[in-house]
Amino acid sequence: MTTLEELLGPDASGHFGPFGGRFVPEALMAALDELDDAFRKALVDPGFTAQLNDLQVNYTGRPSPITQVDRFSEHAGGATILLKREDLNHTGSHKINNVLGQALLTKRMGKTRVIAETGAGQHGVATATAAALLGLDCVVYMGEEDTKRQALNVARMKLLGAQVIPVTTGSRTLKDAINEAMRDWVANVDSTHYLLGTVAGPAPFPEMVREFHRIIGVESREQMLKRFGRLPDAVVACVGGGSNAIGIFHAFIPDTEVKLIGMEAGGDGVETGRHASTISAGAIGVLHGTRSYILQDEDGQTIESHSISAGLDYPGVGPEHAWLHHTGRASYRPVTDSQAMEAFGLLCRTEGIIPAIETAHALYGALQVGHELGEGALILVNCSGRGDKDVETAARWFGLDDKS
Amino acid sequence: MSLIHDTFARAKADNRAVLIGYLPAGFPSRDGAIECLLAMIDGGVDIVEIGLPYSDPVMDGPTIQAAVDISLNGGTKIPDVIDTVRAVAQSGAPVLVMSYWNPIERFGIEKFTTELASAGGVGVITPDLTPEEASAWLTTTDSHDMDRVFLVALSSTNERIATVANVTTGFVYAGAVMGVTGARTNLSDAVKDLVARVRPHTDLPVAVGLGVSTPEQAHDIAQFADGVIVGSAFVTAINNGGAAAARELAVKLSAGLGRS
Repeated sequence: MTTLEELLGPDASGHFGPFGGRFVPEALMAALDELDDAFRKALVDPGFTAQLNDLQVNYTGRPSPITQVDRFSEHAGGATILLKREDLNHTGSHKINNVLGQALLTKRMGKTRVIAETGAGQHGVATATAAALLGLDCVVYMGEEDTKRQALNVARMKLLGAQVIPVTTGSRTLKDAINEAMRDWVANVDSTHYLLGTVAGPAPFPEMVREFHRIIGVESREQMLKRFGRLPDAVVACVGGGSNAIGIFHAFIPDTEVKLIGMEAGGDGVETGRHASTISAGAIGVLHGTRSYILQDEDGQTIESHSISAGLDYPGVGPEHAWLHHTGRASYRPVTDSQAMEAFGLLCRTEGIIPAIETAHALYGALQVGHELGEGALILVNCSGRGDKDVETAARWFGLDDKS
Repeated sequence: MSLIHDTFARAKADNRAVLIGYLPAGFPSRDGAIECLLAMIDGGVDIVEIGLPYSDPVMDGPTIQAAVDISLNGGTKIPDVIDTVRAVAQSGAPVLVMSYWNPIERFGIEKFTTELASAGGVGVITPDLTPEEASAWLTTTDSHDMDRVFLVALSSTNERIATVANVTTGFVYAGAVMGVTGARTNLSDAVKDLVARVRPHTDLPVAVGLGVSTPEQAHDIAQFADGVIVGSAFVTAINNGGAAAARELAVKLSAGLGRS
């Protein structure tokens, strides 16, 4: 029987059950130990927590509200859908929560440069923002394919003073951006912090990134009790690497009556092989420094993922999600490109909210779960990001652009 | 003792360092890799490292990444790597495989070690496996008498060096630079200090690699280390002049390994 402590993980060696750990070149071990030490000291330092809290309130705009979306809910089988509005944060997504925490840690460690990987560009924009705010040099690695899909965010990063390096190796997407960032980090670890943007990578990253995003679930739990007098029946979030999902799930893990459901990118459909549904259709392996579910062939070579959403287009997933799946505390299912875009269009038209395409996967999932739970159910969705960056992709999808 | 041990012992008796040469299996082709590796041995390479091509080689610079891409695009699978080991081991030189961890774990630790041993492979270098995550690997390699080489880095504390030295067999791999594989114009003196920091923790030979490409660098390293590891420079030589160029580079590198 898994205890609550084990479920909340990780253990002292950075493992969530059989998942997590550190699979990295020896050259990085000293930096990971230094980071681990700085992180643990910061967590119990009132000066650090006060500084972070001040930024969250006065810079990010926390707490983010919960919006009840009644017209959207009319399509949810009688359930009521509630959105935790991380899209209203400064920079337009949940990513800023983690970035501010890690950027402050970078300063505490006396480092002057941050590097980051980005898929959709949301984490890159957030990192460039925090670097500008705190006076750090910033380099963002982004797959060449993604720089095209997310041109608006590339421009934003440049305006914020970051250098954006298009990555032309491998599949030219998020996975390869992480490879390049790790290569940079190994070579520049004295001056540089790798500001990883998701709950993956070697320990302590999965735990640290979770701790900086936990506030999403902590706020949500309080807001639910205060406003609705009860907890939601289900909490739904999209999962690529899994940072927004862990952020909203974690505070609800002890509440066993609350279902936790992660929506993975189903791409063209899991059966086509063109998807990014790592937990639903992957196998256990090691990628980017951690053991989790990954998409791989029989030789352990990473299989390229596919998704309309650059932010979910990743063949791995954070080890804590693997653990929550393994223990049965959370469940995961795929949502295809077309299903996500259906929910994307519906939210735009019924609520006047343009979500990120990543988030649209969670929105479709919420409609699905609504039909399963039926009348009276309360479903909390992490509205993880806004869709400005996706306007071009969406216009093309719906045939609204002049070119089509 | 092991073939690796004997090779280092012979070199020590001759007052020189051993030359360790790396090439990914399947580069420039399946048979081409075997031809080049045999040419490298003929030119003076004492110990061979055959790279197992991997889709996400985070420790490798552009030169080896490009070679690995060629290999993977050519369809190289783990059984092809094992076949390459078999062909090269027949020369009598000790052959190790260098592999990122996931392919070994996915193929099956026991199956991989068994097949490698039966092909004549004598060791495995795992650049992204830390001793902390290696318990199953230690058990399996012990049961097959397979040498397992771990790395130390310039950034390693003495405590970590002790941890690594405690689990390594064959030799200790000391990284000469902080960074990925690939030729460097200048190598710092820091690696000399690293080798000196390793010595108190083990009687195993210490070999230096990462960034080493020229006969001058090899000569300098040979004065304080037991082995010199060269990879990217062989890939570049093969890109420019095939197996003959690889042999020529091995001749030049090995000529400078005597201790003055």
